[in-house]
Amino acid sequence: MDFSLTEQEIMVQKVMRDFTENEIEPIAAEIDETEEFPQKTLEKMQKLGISSLPLPKKYGGSGGNYLAYYLAIEEVAKKCATSSVVLAGSASLCGWPILTFGTEVQKEKYLRPIAEGKIAGGFALTEPGAGSDASMQRTVAELKGDHYIMNGSKCFITGAGVFDVFIIIAMTDKSKKTRGLSAFIVDANTPGFIIGKIENKMGIRGSATGELIFQDMKIPKENLLGKEGEGFHIAMKTLDGGRIAIAAQAVGIAQGAMDAAIQYIHERVQFGRKLKDFQGLQWYIAEMETEINAARNLYYHAAYLKEHGKPYSKESAMAKFFASKTAVFVTNKAVQLHGGYGYMKDYPVERMMRDAKITEIYEGTSEVQKMVIAAHTIKPKL
Amino acid sequence: MTINIAVCIKQVPNTNQVKIDKKTGTLIRKGIKTICNPDDKNAMEEALKLKDKYDDVKITVISMGPSQATEIIKEALAMGADRGILLSDRKFAGSDTLATSTILATALRKIQEKEGLDIIFCGRQAIDGDTAQVGPQIAQHLDLPIISYVQELKYLGEKVQVKRALENGYMQIEAQIPVVLTTISDLNKPRYPHMRRIFDVFGKNPVIPVETWTADDLPDLDNTQIGLNGSPTRVIKTYTPDRTFKGEILEGETAHVAHILIESLKQKQIL
Amino acid sequence: MTNKQLTNLVDFSEYKGVWIIAEQRFGQVLNVTKELLGEGKKLATSLNCDLTAVILGHKLIDWPADLVRYGADNVIYAEHELLSDYNVDAYSKVLGNLITTRKPEIILFGATSIGRELAPTLSAKLKSGLTADCTALEIDPETLNLLQTRPAFGGNLMATIQCANHRPQMCSVRPGVMKKAKYNNKCDGEPKVEKIIPIITQEELRTKVLKIDTSKSAEIAIEDAKIVVSGGRGLGNAKGFNLLRKLADKLNGCVGSSRACVDNGWISKPYQVGQTGKTVRPKLYIACGISGALQHIAGMEQAECIVAINKDPDAPIFKIADYGIVGDLYEIIPRLIDELDNIDDITEVLDICTESVSASNQM
Repeated sequence: MDFSLTEQEIMVQKVMRDFTENEIEPIAAEIDETEEFPQKTLEKMQKLGISSLPLPKKYGGSGGNYLAYYLAIEEVAKKCATSSVVLAGSASLCGWPILTFGTEVQKEKYLRPIAEGKIAGGFALTEPGAGSDASMQRTVAELKGDHYIMNGSKCFITGAGVFDVFIIIAMTDKSKKTRGLSAFIVDANTPGFIIGKIENKMGIRGSATGELIFQDMKIPKENLLGKEGEGFHIAMKTLDGGRIAIAAQAVGIAQGAMDAAIQYIHERVQFGRKLKDFQGLQWYIAEMETEINAARNLYYHAAYLKEHGKPYSKESAMAKFFASKTAVFVTNKAVQLHGGYGYMKDYPVERMMRDAKITEIYEGTSEVQKMVIAAHTIKPKL
Repeated sequence: MTINIAVCIKQVPNTNQVKIDKKTGTLIRKGIKTICNPDDKNAMEEALKLKDKYDDVKITVISMGPSQATEIIKEALAMGADRGILLSDRKFAGSDTLATSTILATALRKIQEKEGLDIIFCGRQAIDGDTAQVGPQIAQHLDLPIISYVQELKYLGEKVQVKRALENGYMQIEAQIPVVLTTISDLNKPRYPHMRRIFDVFGKNPVIPVETWTADDLPDLDNTQIGLNGSPTRVIKTYTPDRTFKGEILEGETAHVAHILIESLKQKQIL
Repeated sequence: MTNKQLTNLVDFSEYKGVWIIAEQRFGQVLNVTKELLGEGKKLATSLNCDLTAVILGHKLIDWPADLVRYGADNVIYAEHELLSDYNVDAYSKVLGNLITTRKPEIILFGATSIGRELAPTLSAKLKSGLTADCTALEIDPETLNLLQTRPAFGGNLMATIQCANHRPQMCSVRPGVMKKAKYNNKCDGEPKVEKIIPIITQEELRTKVLKIDTSKSAEIAIEDAKIVVSGGRGLGNAKGFNLLRKLADKLNGCVGSSRACVDNGWISKPYQVGQTGKTVRPKLYIACGISGALQHIAGMEQAECIVAINKDPDAPIFKIADYGIVGDLYEIIPRLIDELDNIDDITEVLDICTESVSASNQM
């Protein structure tokens, strides 16, 4: 078993560390405060091929491997969870399904500009009445001649009003429940594509999470991704990969809080001793460190399986489930170690604690992850 | 017409983290990260800006050092350089600035003779030695004009026009090419390596392999002018400056205290 | 080739005397030149030889002779209109020829942005050693070699360097470190100034100075400042920063602030030092009326030297200070400013020369 990163992965990590420190960290608190989408950061990441790290060179991507991409997400998440969401979106939630299920024409038309960093893409599955239960989808797409007519709405969609293109899951045959779902590639400037309410959130406040409304939106037939009825399968596969990205993000948030806490306990003196010298606090550190490393190894392993073409649904779910729990635990403890200062916005752990929570919720709540894990674990024995 | 550019870079310990073994007076290298010298990155960026602007620009990065220095050459290739050469030979070890510049200049002359060189960029100074000597010395060896402390560059084909920083302003200078320019951080903001190029340059089968030149590849090199023995200057003693001032409370009449403070600061070379 | 053989290449006995290269800008000699004269005199005395000051310029009036009044035994004044302002080709040609023919044993340059280009150019031309930015110089009593001490690795290490087997021994000297020579009006006889007119043509100069602009304001970014004078709640009001600014200007440094002053609106956010402001690592940090909250300390504790001025003897800032003064900053700082009136720095002279000069005026 080889646990070492390749020379390329180490370099990606190093560059991303520099990039994050210089370009992202200085504006992280401001993004949180103002809820402003980090458009400039996204553009920088596009220009440097970060947002298209795992996409093939053939389509203008960076031709890197998935682990390198997840490492990049982790580095960004250490300082700014919002920016890491923005990075996690395009390649993994929009680029990947087009790459995997798209036609050559679709790849040239949509994947290439995503890979070349000219546009950014998102993914829209969740609806007000259909969260974890995708079979309750109300968005409908009806085939009329050479195009589909889509009606309905999606909620909590990252990049609403910002991203240029979305993969949208909609019902094409209600009678078949999840097997009646199909996936579409939709330009955000299509007539009938309306941006609804942008949410005011607890964390990742700059990620432009909002509602998408479709009113008699005409989608050309050739924008159907895969076949009719494959929507649920495409969505689930996409989320499998997306979950590793969220796990990496969660590990990053946890590590960022850990780094801040370590720095703080080196400096803060109480009762004549530095905080780092109190054994009770050292035990917190030991627990935090162990959990972070366990979570990291889980996502590394899931990435390894994905890279090597092996099944990874269960592993990605485990990685996300555990890493998100770790992020919530570690950020909470980091705030505790900061005492009163930790509760103040002057210190980044306050933001990190709020940001961490989303990782237990989006791209499948922890409960859904457990359903996936349980299903994969119990099934073979039956 | 190709614009041929060479950029000289150096791998240096990150001096923010430098620790000195107080007994031996030498650098503790263990655990210290090495980086590409900051001023050299500005040199690299300026070359890349020319490459962005003009169609046919070829950038050769060159560095002298042990084999680990390939790291920074690869980094420069990932930033966008076309060719990377490492000058590495035991005979080069212990070279002072004059010997180092002799080696670099010999290698640069070899490139110059083969494909020509229009601009040679160096960082103004490296953070390990802070001497700022190698750039001007290279220019002199190659009999080229030198402009150091470049804070702004205009490339005008046959010539360059630069702003050269002074302590309290600048000189605007024009020079014919070929020319040697040494760069400072005001000149630009170095770019990050592009992810695609990281995968091209690093790893087992790089698209652009780093070339290594030894003394044998430089037949014009005068062996008496290089390495420790070819270096006119020699470090005979090193020591750590005494900076563990014991906190001292200065007491007495105000004027006296002020005098003592300023004198102490002068003595400790703080002022 | 061994060192011994190399030694044989140079007949050391031919090399005599200490030279300093005087640097003039707009006809005014820089302070560092006076420092070189002071240090050069010390070395010349150790070696029992003459101290020669070399100055290049055009239509210089008092300065060549004044160099003698500052302690030079004699002066070589190279006069040419192409030497009016610094030009590396012209200067290195003239100095290169002079050094090759006159053979001084030691040459000192000021480590200014110009000296740090001219000196290495000459070292490569003359194929001899050069040590940059020296902070201490002495003659080895046994070998009579010049021992040159300078900081390396960002000041973490001091190195003593010698150039035993080559001549001349050259070094540049960090401005502001050495003691300035004193002006002595009562020199015996006529100052020995040898004026030479070198042959230089415009055509052989490969660089051309089009303009010199020295009007840049002294304001620098606080993160880059070598010296930061910072104020805290103890200032009492916004006006207190005027006093700090005066001190900072004197030191060629920058003003900083604690969070309290920013919160009170006495100074703007970019000046704030600390966890939520900027992190600085200057050579000298003077904390005035700052108690030393942890979050402030986090932003400045890496300063090489910390001076704290505070009324409260128990203020935590004193625990990390190298020098502490317990007292009223409004009494102490004016005294410091008085004391500093004697301190030289390189820009003192330069600041006078603020006009832009066009190329036509110079050549």
